[in-house]
Amino acid sequence: MAAIRTKHDPQLYTFPGFGSDKYPNLMLRGAGDLDNWPLKVYEQKHEGYVAMKQALKMEPVAVVEEMKTSGIRGRGGAGFPAGLKWSFMPKDTPERKFTRYLVCNGDEGEPGTFKDRAILEYNPHQLIEGMIIGGWAMQCAMGYIYIRGEFLWLIEKLEAAIQQARDAGYLGKNILGTGWDYDLLVYRGAGAYICGEETALLNSLEGRRGEPRVKPPFPAAKGAFGQPTTVNNVETLAAVPPILRMGGAEYSKLGTPKNTGTRIFGVSGHVKRPGLFELPLGTPMDFVVNELAGGSSTGRKIKAIIPGGASAPMFDEKDFDCPLDFDTVKARGSMAGSGGLIVMDEDTCMVQATLRLIKFYAHESCGQCTPCREGCNWMEMILYRIEHGEGRMADLDLLTSLTPRIALRTLCPLGDAACGPMDSALQKFRHEFEHHITHKTCYATGSRLLSTVGAH
Amino acid sequence: MNHPQPPETSNEPLAPGQRLPESERKEFSPEALVEIQAIMAKFPDKLAATLPALYIAQREFGFVSLSAMKAVARAIGIPEGHVFGVATFYTMYQKAPVGQFHLQVCTNISCALRGAAQLLEKVCEKTGVKPGHGPSPDGLWSVEEVECLAGCGVGPCVQVNQDVYDELVDEKKLIEVMEACKRGEYRPWAK
Repeated sequence: MAAIRTKHDPQLYTFPGFGSDKYPNLMLRGAGDLDNWPLKVYEQKHEGYVAMKQALKMEPVAVVEEMKTSGIRGRGGAGFPAGLKWSFMPKDTPERKFTRYLVCNGDEGEPGTFKDRAILEYNPHQLIEGMIIGGWAMQCAMGYIYIRGEFLWLIEKLEAAIQQARDAGYLGKNILGTGWDYDLLVYRGAGAYICGEETALLNSLEGRRGEPRVKPPFPAAKGAFGQPTTVNNVETLAAVPPILRMGGAEYSKLGTPKNTGTRIFGVSGHVKRPGLFELPLGTPMDFVVNELAGGSSTGRKIKAIIPGGASAPMFDEKDFDCPLDFDTVKARGSMAGSGGLIVMDEDTCMVQATLRLIKFYAHESCGQCTPCREGCNWMEMILYRIEHGEGRMADLDLLTSLTPRIALRTLCPLGDAACGPMDSALQKFRHEFEHHITHKTCYATGSRLLSTVGAH
Repeated sequence: MNHPQPPETSNEPLAPGQRLPESERKEFSPEALVEIQAIMAKFPDKLAATLPALYIAQREFGFVSLSAMKAVARAIGIPEGHVFGVATFYTMYQKAPVGQFHLQVCTNISCALRGAAQLLEKVCEKTGVKPGHGPSPDGLWSVEEVECLAGCGVGPCVQVNQDVYDELVDEKKLIEVMEACKRGEYRPWAK
């Protein structure tokens, strides 16, 4: 057990007023306190396993209904209603019995996103409780928690927490006398962003290359090991215990009517106080960035904000007031994604920033679909050329013509994700690209974003 | 059937896998085989043991060499080609030897905005190794540029080997981390 953190965690998890009725603390209880994770603390201080005991007395269908009432939308990125997803799982009939699985997606790899890590580190039992409730609601035989390989230290902690739950009788055979057998297994990924896509994750879980599958069949019909499977994000599953404790109807009053509840927003980049802030959906972006995160750390004006992890198209200042919920962010041309806000100040060179993002997608493309594999690499090469002062004006049209040939033409959304930052940067900061081409140097004067030694 | 003959004088490798460096070790230890059997038993399909077994191979062999991949295939009873495909797909399996302390620097956007590019250059300067160029002559260091480590709020981040994270790394902190490695406070690679 060498890897459990013992030194101080510099991450910011709170803000003035956090924990009040207006800004309830449902997901980050005790975050920052290194002794917060054991079962004992979770049960004594955070109403631990109350919701599970309550759920195990309910009919499984009633638990799914409660989730539907809560209106919670998946926190992984797509924002699909979680209760509805749960209801897609096939039920046993006299003729056919199913082996169902619940899979937790803990492959947190989206640049700018660091929320799941806080849950895994400080409240692993909240996730475990959520997985037990989910497992009961869908009558699953097994729950798999897929965690990215870099989180070895969190995996060791999570496994210790699962053992505590097992010892308490919350996992294993005949849980609390219900006659239901269920256990959790942690699976360690090995460094592939694409495994955050649910079918790629399932392939990886089966011991294959993390290549997305053709859909349909959807995981609810044929998922892990060929069995019906539901894949939920860590944050979605960790939200299940609070939902059951307060009741779906009460939870749905948080946030906005179509975007209920709270979610953990991560603010990173050029801000004074980067950190994780749990807020009701619909909180305006400028409030989060300026009030909670303290505004620009460099003293210069903020030029662009990526509102939902690296895959989301960038916002420029005319959209900084955007309320952070799935629908409004989408209506304004971006996506709420994983809730990671990346803030860039005026001196950030957008060509470099875009190149850095596209480099990431080109590196992480699994290589299955030609538009993404070739397209991302070509975008990277063209941007590299512009960045190094060898660009031509025609390159900008070339880039504009490339993105519609990648987006929506691939099996999974990785290709689309690469087009989001590319298109939005070209559209909103075209003058910087043009300046790069004509003057062979950056328009902005900030420090370099690309190293001179980088190589994968 | 006539197969085209490769030119005799060529030193070019015949298959991509043959370019990979070889390890001294060729077989798993008996304990590792028991461990892999136990993992296989946990899953409905033994194929699922591929990823965990490759981690065990990395621990035992020092890195995932071709022999390590073959040993994984033998231990689980699956085709070597499958193991090769998986091992080369994922970036956390090191296909070449690394130093005792493998420093991984995240240079993705959030960390880059806070100076990760300069940090990576500093790491290379201090260790004397470039990313992807194998361990330093004393075998102590190797450097890798990695994608987001999910430490965006406390970037730039450096991960040492597979279990230690260091956040908010500037030059002073980097020296501290390297000193801690030398003093033996961090677990060396594959130990």
